[in-house]
Amino acid sequence: MNASMSLAIAQSAVLFTLLSAILPLFLTRKPLLSARFSFLLLGLSGVAASWAGAMTLLANHAEQVVLPIGLPWLHVVLRIDPLSGFFLCIVGLITFTAACYGPAYVQEYIGGSHPLGTLTFFTGLFICGMMLVLLAADAFSFMIAWELMSVASYFLVVYQHHQAENRSAAFIYLLMAVVGGAFILLAYGVLAGFSDSFTFAAMAAADLSPTWATIAFLLAFIGFGMKAGIVPLHVWLPQAHPVAPSHISALMSGVMLKVAIYGFIRFVYELLGGIQWQWGVLVLLIGAASAVLGVLYALVQNDLKRLLAYSSVENIGIVYIGLGLSMIFHATGHTEIAALALIAALYHCLNHALFKGLLFLGAGAVLQQSQQHDMEKMGGLIRRMPVTAVCFLVGCISISALPPFNGFVSEWLTFQAALQGTVLRSGILGAIIPVASAMLALTGALALACFVKVYGIIFLGRPRSPQAAEAQETAFGMRFAQITLALLCLGFGIFPTWVVHTINVIPEHLMGIGLSRAADNGWLWLTPIGKQTASYGALAVLFGLLLSWLVVYFFLHPLRRDNRIRTTTVWDCGFGPLSPRMQYTSSSFSMPIRRIFSFLWFIVEKIKPAEQGKGPRYSLQIGDWIWLTIYLPIGKFILKLAERTSRIQGGNLRVYLSYSFFTLLFLLWVIV
Amino acid sequence: MTGWIFAIVQTLCVVLFAPFMAGWIKWLKCKLQNRQGPAPWQPYQDLLKLSKKEVLLAITASPIFRAAPYVVFSVTVVAISVVPVVSVQLPTSALADVIVLVGFLALARFFLTLAGMDIGTAFGGMGSSREVTISSLAEPALLLAFFTVSMNASSTNLSTVISHLTQYDFILYPSLIFSSMGFILVAIAETGRIPIDNPATHLELTMIHEAMILEYSGRHLALMEWAAMLKLTLYAILIVNLVTPWGVAMTLDTGDILIGIVIVTGKLLILGALLAVAETVQAKLRLFRAPQYLGLAFILSLLGMMSHIILEVG
Repeated sequence: MNASMSLAIAQSAVLFTLLSAILPLFLTRKPLLSARFSFLLLGLSGVAASWAGAMTLLANHAEQVVLPIGLPWLHVVLRIDPLSGFFLCIVGLITFTAACYGPAYVQEYIGGSHPLGTLTFFTGLFICGMMLVLLAADAFSFMIAWELMSVASYFLVVYQHHQAENRSAAFIYLLMAVVGGAFILLAYGVLAGFSDSFTFAAMAAADLSPTWATIAFLLAFIGFGMKAGIVPLHVWLPQAHPVAPSHISALMSGVMLKVAIYGFIRFVYELLGGIQWQWGVLVLLIGAASAVLGVLYALVQNDLKRLLAYSSVENIGIVYIGLGLSMIFHATGHTEIAALALIAALYHCLNHALFKGLLFLGAGAVLQQSQQHDMEKMGGLIRRMPVTAVCFLVGCISISALPPFNGFVSEWLTFQAALQGTVLRSGILGAIIPVASAMLALTGALALACFVKVYGIIFLGRPRSPQAAEAQETAFGMRFAQITLALLCLGFGIFPTWVVHTINVIPEHLMGIGLSRAADNGWLWLTPIGKQTASYGALAVLFGLLLSWLVVYFFLHPLRRDNRIRTTTVWDCGFGPLSPRMQYTSSSFSMPIRRIFSFLWFIVEKIKPAEQGKGPRYSLQIGDWIWLTIYLPIGKFILKLAERTSRIQGGNLRVYLSYSFFTLLFLLWVIV
Repeated sequence: MTGWIFAIVQTLCVVLFAPFMAGWIKWLKCKLQNRQGPAPWQPYQDLLKLSKKEVLLAITASPIFRAAPYVVFSVTVVAISVVPVVSVQLPTSALADVIVLVGFLALARFFLTLAGMDIGTAFGGMGSSREVTISSLAEPALLLAFFTVSMNASSTNLSTVISHLTQYDFILYPSLIFSSMGFILVAIAETGRIPIDNPATHLELTMIHEAMILEYSGRHLALMEWAAMLKLTLYAILIVNLVTPWGVAMTLDTGDILIGIVIVTGKLLILGALLAVAETVQAKLRLFRAPQYLGLAFILSLLGMMSHIILEVG
């Protein structure tokens, strides 16, 4: 099998997703069987996609095909190159695990009020849309695929539409997806205005004046940023991601956001070109703001899936920090460091897809078993669900950027790129990059606090509700999916040199230069800039940890001694039995940080004193400032405007006809 | 090969020296406060006693609780093994640079705080919550201070950084002064000393580190205590080797190393004495004053970095 097959394999992956969407519609009698069949096809599609992507990356290969479909003068152009191959790999991996996870997970929907056919249909279309976005090589098919992805995911968010909050979340999502799509369309419009066709090749050749290039950049930044969820365009994300079924949340958070990043990279680096350093500064600052605000908002959440969604905002921020650095270095001519920063951003995309996918799948298992959304009612699940607990722990360690797991490597690379800021010799940039790296450091530390809270509250301690006390380990498929992702998190953490070497072809394609010295010391050491500058030997670190563990263990457990452990009750200060309600809760754990950064949230804290028969009540509500101060006024303004304009809507047919007539006259006047 | 053996021996020596460092500070502090005080080698006896005692495990403890002491201890040992103590010719320092070192400390903290939340008592959760709060404010300042010295040496490798710093003339570089001050403040906070935490107290409402390890006993407790001493020693070594790097051997020659051992041990003992004095003359801060203290550390580190970029580059 050689690399020239990769586009055909990728096309077959798309075909599989379409089949998985359509075939179950003919098998409505047996919903479980048809769902299983659909997930099987999705799994095949995931394997095919990651295979095609990996082959393209490894062989450094690019190929293009023009499909004879579409409008007569606008054929669909599909292309696969290392950049799209890399993202296709991410989509494929998460699709595959979601497909393993799905059959057992959707069992709870059988016999419910939501037909499974809808779920499988839109899941197939959603993944099909994402894959086509990655393969599209002209603006026209890109936009169609993009909107297919948006609309299909809207239906997945609104799948459980009986709850009003799900409907409103989905509506906001749809609204922002439409606005974002319009911005992307305009961005392509600017490029199309300077080139003679809609294909990417023609657009890349277009010659734009700096002003028009900046306009196109800003449009694309807003358009793709809205889908990626950067602050302040993130408001739909924490509402929409939690309400979808968990394997869909994993796909949305793990993959869809990455597709937006892909679009942004493709647009800025390849189609637009001529990157200006001011763009990089904007991306860097917005990225830093997203990272810090995302993690701070995540920290105070009590709803598990909403917390994970906010943490996606944080991780997208980290990716944007990498991209911003890369753009700054690229624009100032330090291409090798730009390549390093781009690799860091791409690596973080891959890592985030893996650990966020893992965490959402774990969250799905936890929610299904404990029947709680609220972390305040969980606890002690490590005893009931050991496999899920271990996998979730791996996810938490990875997302907190701790060695030797994968999240650490990409943050380490981002730091290394930021530390090269001294080559810039510019006052403004010299001040901005250190601040951005400080923000990244703060983000990492707060992420640790956040995920200690998540893990400690959900899996450790004692169960805080009867349902949590009776949770069971999940089915095999769900465990298998989580174990796969957990192993990948470890694997991509301890073989960073190999990953960096593999994705090195992407900057070579985009900027013509890659990292030349990443493996100067051999494959065991990752030396992104040079031996003397920085090195990290992940596998050796893991080995060192295991070695010192073994030494300590044997030192403390001499063979001849009785090493038994006596279990007793918990020390209760002599005041009688402890109850699970005496434990620290999610709100109390985050309280010190909430107090320190209290100016960042809209906090309503109410304490109701004790009445007869009832103890005192404490309630805490935390609102998003950005939602309250930016979006709500805009929404109100639009409603008011709609009220005003509704006056011209008299219901009289003659008036409407005269509107059309005058509009036509006006247009004719404009044209002639 | 000599290098690797040297690295292992050096790590073992530091691991064995750590209890003495803790005991030394305690002994001096007691003397300064007109108390009798235990001898400096008392921690060795305590650790030995604890390691022989039976382990009592709360009935609600999960495997995380039992694994945490081993993880925390071995991660701290690995962290120590990558720091050049008496010679910069340390092969292990190429395995992990300063950022990885910070990552190691964070990994140890991750398991320490999880262990605190595991039993399901209020004290453990309280300690964990405070620990993550303090350290999430301290870590950015720590990283910025490290970044400043790294930028000075254009390397994040500790060996390269220290050998670069020793070659400086005795000139006051503003960036190094500011970042050293920030780093010392962070080190005090991260090792749980006064004014952030008081290692001598078991008063429930003020303790942080002791609250997390309250449920431990026997060899588990010994490991946790030892890991805390190791962390103290690690920060002390970083302070003496980064702020006053003179005396660290540049080679692996026996003579150089012997001189290095003498000088570094001397500097560590002096630093311990200074810490004992500092802990005697000041009181513990309220928990919610700690952000101001750490904010100061952050600003100092940021100033250090800014002054490097603005004044010293080029």
